[in-house]
Amino acid sequence: MKFSLSWLKRHLETQASLETIVETMVRVGLEVEEVENPKERLKAFTVGHVLHAEKHPDADKLKVCRVATIDGEKQIVCGAPNARAGIKVAYAPVGAYVPGIDVTLSKAKIRGVESHGMMCSVRELEMGDDHDGILEVDEAAAVGTPIADIMGLDDPVIDFEVTPNRPDTNGVIGVARDLAATGLGVLTAKPTPKIETGFACPQKIALNFPDEAKNACTVFAGRVVRGVKNGPSPSWLQEALRAVGLRPINALVDITNFLSIDQARPLHVYDVAKLSGTVEARLGKEGESFEALDGKTYKVDDTMCVIADERRVLGLGGVMGGTFSGCTDETTDVFIESAWFDPTRTAKTGRKTGIISDARYRFERGVDPQSCVPGLEQATDLILRFCGGEASEVFVAGEAQAGTKLIEFPPSEVKRLTGMAVSEPEMQRILEALGFIVEKGGVWSVLVPSFRPDIEGKADLVEEIARIVGFDGLPEQSLPRLHVVERPKYSKIQDRVRLARRALASRGFLETVLWSFCSEKQAKLFGGGAAALKIANPIAADLSDMRPTALPGLLEALKRNSDRGRKDLNLFEVGPAYHDTTPTGQQSLAVCVRMSNPPRHWQGSEKPADVFTAKADAMAVLDALGAPVENLQATPTAPDYYHPGRSGQLGLGPKNILARFGELHPFVASQLDLEGTIIMAEIFLEVIPQGKAKATKTKPALEKSDYQAVARDFAFVVPEDMPADKLIKAIKGADKKMIAAVNLFDVYRGKGLEAHEKSLAIEVIFQPKDHTLSDKEIEALAEKVIASAGKTGARLRG
Amino acid sequence: MTDLDRLEKNLLQQIEAADSEEALESVRVQALGKKGQVSVQMKSLGKMSPEERKQKGPLLNGLKARIGEAIGARKEQLERAALEARLANERADITLPIRPLPKGKIHPITQVAEEVAVIFADMGFEIREGPDMEDDFHNFTALNFPPDHPARELHDTFFLERQEGADPMVLRTHTSPVQIRTMMSEKPPLRVIIPGRTFRCDSDQTHTPMFHQVEGLVIDKQTHMGHLKGTLNAFIEAFFEVDGVETRLRPHFFPFTEPSAEMDVRYSRVGNELRIGQGDSWMEILGCGMVHPNVLKNCGLDPDEYQGFAFGMGIDRLAMLKYGIPDLRDMFAADARWLEHYGFDALDQPNLATGLSR
Repeated sequence: MKFSLSWLKRHLETQASLETIVETMVRVGLEVEEVENPKERLKAFTVGHVLHAEKHPDADKLKVCRVATIDGEKQIVCGAPNARAGIKVAYAPVGAYVPGIDVTLSKAKIRGVESHGMMCSVRELEMGDDHDGILEVDEAAAVGTPIADIMGLDDPVIDFEVTPNRPDTNGVIGVARDLAATGLGVLTAKPTPKIETGFACPQKIALNFPDEAKNACTVFAGRVVRGVKNGPSPSWLQEALRAVGLRPINALVDITNFLSIDQARPLHVYDVAKLSGTVEARLGKEGESFEALDGKTYKVDDTMCVIADERRVLGLGGVMGGTFSGCTDETTDVFIESAWFDPTRTAKTGRKTGIISDARYRFERGVDPQSCVPGLEQATDLILRFCGGEASEVFVAGEAQAGTKLIEFPPSEVKRLTGMAVSEPEMQRILEALGFIVEKGGVWSVLVPSFRPDIEGKADLVEEIARIVGFDGLPEQSLPRLHVVERPKYSKIQDRVRLARRALASRGFLETVLWSFCSEKQAKLFGGGAAALKIANPIAADLSDMRPTALPGLLEALKRNSDRGRKDLNLFEVGPAYHDTTPTGQQSLAVCVRMSNPPRHWQGSEKPADVFTAKADAMAVLDALGAPVENLQATPTAPDYYHPGRSGQLGLGPKNILARFGELHPFVASQLDLEGTIIMAEIFLEVIPQGKAKATKTKPALEKSDYQAVARDFAFVVPEDMPADKLIKAIKGADKKMIAAVNLFDVYRGKGLEAHEKSLAIEVIFQPKDHTLSDKEIEALAEKVIASAGKTGARLRG
Repeated sequence: MTDLDRLEKNLLQQIEAADSEEALESVRVQALGKKGQVSVQMKSLGKMSPEERKQKGPLLNGLKARIGEAIGARKEQLERAALEARLANERADITLPIRPLPKGKIHPITQVAEEVAVIFADMGFEIREGPDMEDDFHNFTALNFPPDHPARELHDTFFLERQEGADPMVLRTHTSPVQIRTMMSEKPPLRVIIPGRTFRCDSDQTHTPMFHQVEGLVIDKQTHMGHLKGTLNAFIEAFFEVDGVETRLRPHFFPFTEPSAEMDVRYSRVGNELRIGQGDSWMEILGCGMVHPNVLKNCGLDPDEYQGFAFGMGIDRLAMLKYGIPDLRDMFAADARWLEHYGFDALDQPNLATGLSR
């Protein structure tokens, strides 16, 4: 919302500087976004005096002028027909920026004659459309006087954000009221003008709504003014409108625009000659349409409130009028509409049609329902003054809602909610200055004015008082400490997220943060794509589904980086994966991916990452999170976006899967345009069993033996398809007391073995606890190992 | 000079002259071996008279000990020399490059979220989280956004495809629905922060369809707006790690707070650098206010008995301001060069004892 300082001063008597006014607006919650002073913009332009003008030697239409300026006498070449000796002009020096032609002047030679500066037209100064010649100012103006001063343009324009709760500040009067309440000035109250009426309103008005849509338009006031003479509005009004960025059109239109900005009261004026029969507010009908003032034709429907006569739809109530019934310079009799339209319906109609107008903006935020008749009177007053004519009586169809309400307000609420001590007289003064009517007592009765629909209860009154006093007055207090030393705050799962991130970063992964959405194709490739997880209004077609895992985003990121030449990269994200829309339908996953092309090195390149790197990544995260890593079972059961032979899951039993790892399926990789082997792991943070809470932090005593441990190597031949895990488990079980460790250190296939066999070399460590093992005992233990291994079908390699 | 003296001198000279371990060994055999010169002399002791033995015995024992010692000392010398000679050939060119290890990094959003948590944890705030997909009640209605209220439009909401028989769902437009979940499931007094992902259907230079917020909520029977001011000022100073940060609260509008405010912080721009705390400009940094009575009522709390404040701010924005990150969109682009440059070491776990950041 824009207004000029002089416009504000129509309602506010104040000596305050612009700076103070702006600061105060911010302080009371009217957030000023920009202050622009045309004087600043036009600062370079000053009055010049053309002393001499003669025809350019080489151009018929150009003149060479000698001009007295603030910078001394200058030679300026000018093409304007009115350039002549004796006139006072708007001089722009070399170096000045001329807004209307978007040019910064430099010294020029025009057809061989030097020109030092420019004499500007109205349009070049962006003060209007006139471009017939250069601007001529009052002959009495002294050379060097700023043009802005001569033109009365020293009127700063303030632009501020109207928050949805303050429809009253859509009018300059509302801003003035807030400022007056702070004591910055005095609100100049203007009584509603008394209009002499000579005849009953000849135009019939009706509200015609079904019961369920009665609130679409609750009141429609109108009157006719006969014998008007439309034409340009007075220059003060044109200037006021131009200052806030509106183009003056004619007196009748300018008056409605003026009251919309001045009073937040939108109005509409019809040419009576174009109306047929009763004008009514009603719901639109399928098939109807009208041409709006923006020149476009809109279809209406039965959700919209239209204004119509017996022949046609004239406009959309509260949104935009139509061209057919609009006023022209020939209009003699006018009908003025002042109504109240429902914010919700107005907003919906606005959205549906896409029409953006000052009326829609105001009605959808809420116009003062009590302003119908006063607004009509103000408009009539201005029409009579500018256009003459004779006014009819006012006809009101329907009834305006009161819009007021009574709030029981204990003044102690201010202290309770803000901590500020404000005296009762000051509270009363503030409320009354803002238009509330206060009846004091133990609990005050406060009547809310109809232009403040945002005020609902006590807390709102507290805000009114606090914002006028100023939030600078809030006491600065700390919350009382709950404990001398605070307690831990992270939940188990929050801490797992933290640890997983730092564990992966420690292993050389870069953390990413990626969209929660992916494409439908990606979702389906990775086990997602459920209908309930589709976004109805995605920001882009390829961000249409909630992701089932972070893999799509990570793999895309690998691709983008690899396209830039980064082909050896480890990325991860710890974030949500979505399964359904219930509050528990989202899981925390740590997902890491490797594109592995180890750099060359003089000691030999490292081996590229493989499925076992992924297994190690998964186990490292699980270990960091305190999962019982030694009890994990690896099973070849990863989902089908993994390589079927080089992937697996880690779990504590088939129902409790903690992680997946392996190579990306080559088909999926090709679908994602990825080259080479991708190694990845997904770790489910929520399902890791939570260790029992212990009473103390004491660690169990260290058990260590003083007796020599003995290591023995074995080689077992097993069938190719037997998991090594099975053999290791069997060996561990051979003597649980004595066997401290079982390390598989070689897998051999080939010479000496059948084709379907492999040999597993295993070191077993025997650790006695109470004596040194004798050779005989060691032999006996070895026999036990061989026997136990034998039960799995393994035989000692000869 | 006795014979023994001569023998000793002679042997010591030979020991000194031995230039290898083999040579030294042959001297040892010649002196102390079974038939060595000293050993032969020792054997002769048996044939001597007690008096003679008494006199000669110590002399011979002394000789034997000294020769043994000299051999030991020489042996050590020779071994040391041999080691030196070997090591002289074991020279690595220590200017050769090491094997590069990939260096992992923590994303600035994570780092800043943890910094925020550390500060509020010290002020007694618990950490709560909630689902990214919300129903209309938690995201809007309970937060005092009436249906069709223009404030809803400001939110550019993402909607999920409506499923028959199910509540319409949205991607939460703010972390505030977790306020509702917290107030409905826990009893006051409450002191919580709520970090998380948030979504708005908006994408340009300063907006991304997904971003991060952290919400704060305090509910009890005495917390007022002065506490809000004190808490936020303390946070801003701690977070930006500068003393004397100047802030201001300015009235604003949010449906779920009343009174509502925005907080601005003073800043100045020095070249490309943003200095938070002092300067001639104000920058909006967060929204806040006293929890609206309707919100309390919607959560089953009596607004005449309970009161408190709430605030919300952008984690991504805090990260950009503190660490001078120029473009929001880069946060989500996963460009390895950016992650390496703006990311944090895994060892940089924010805490108050060492300072939040290095």
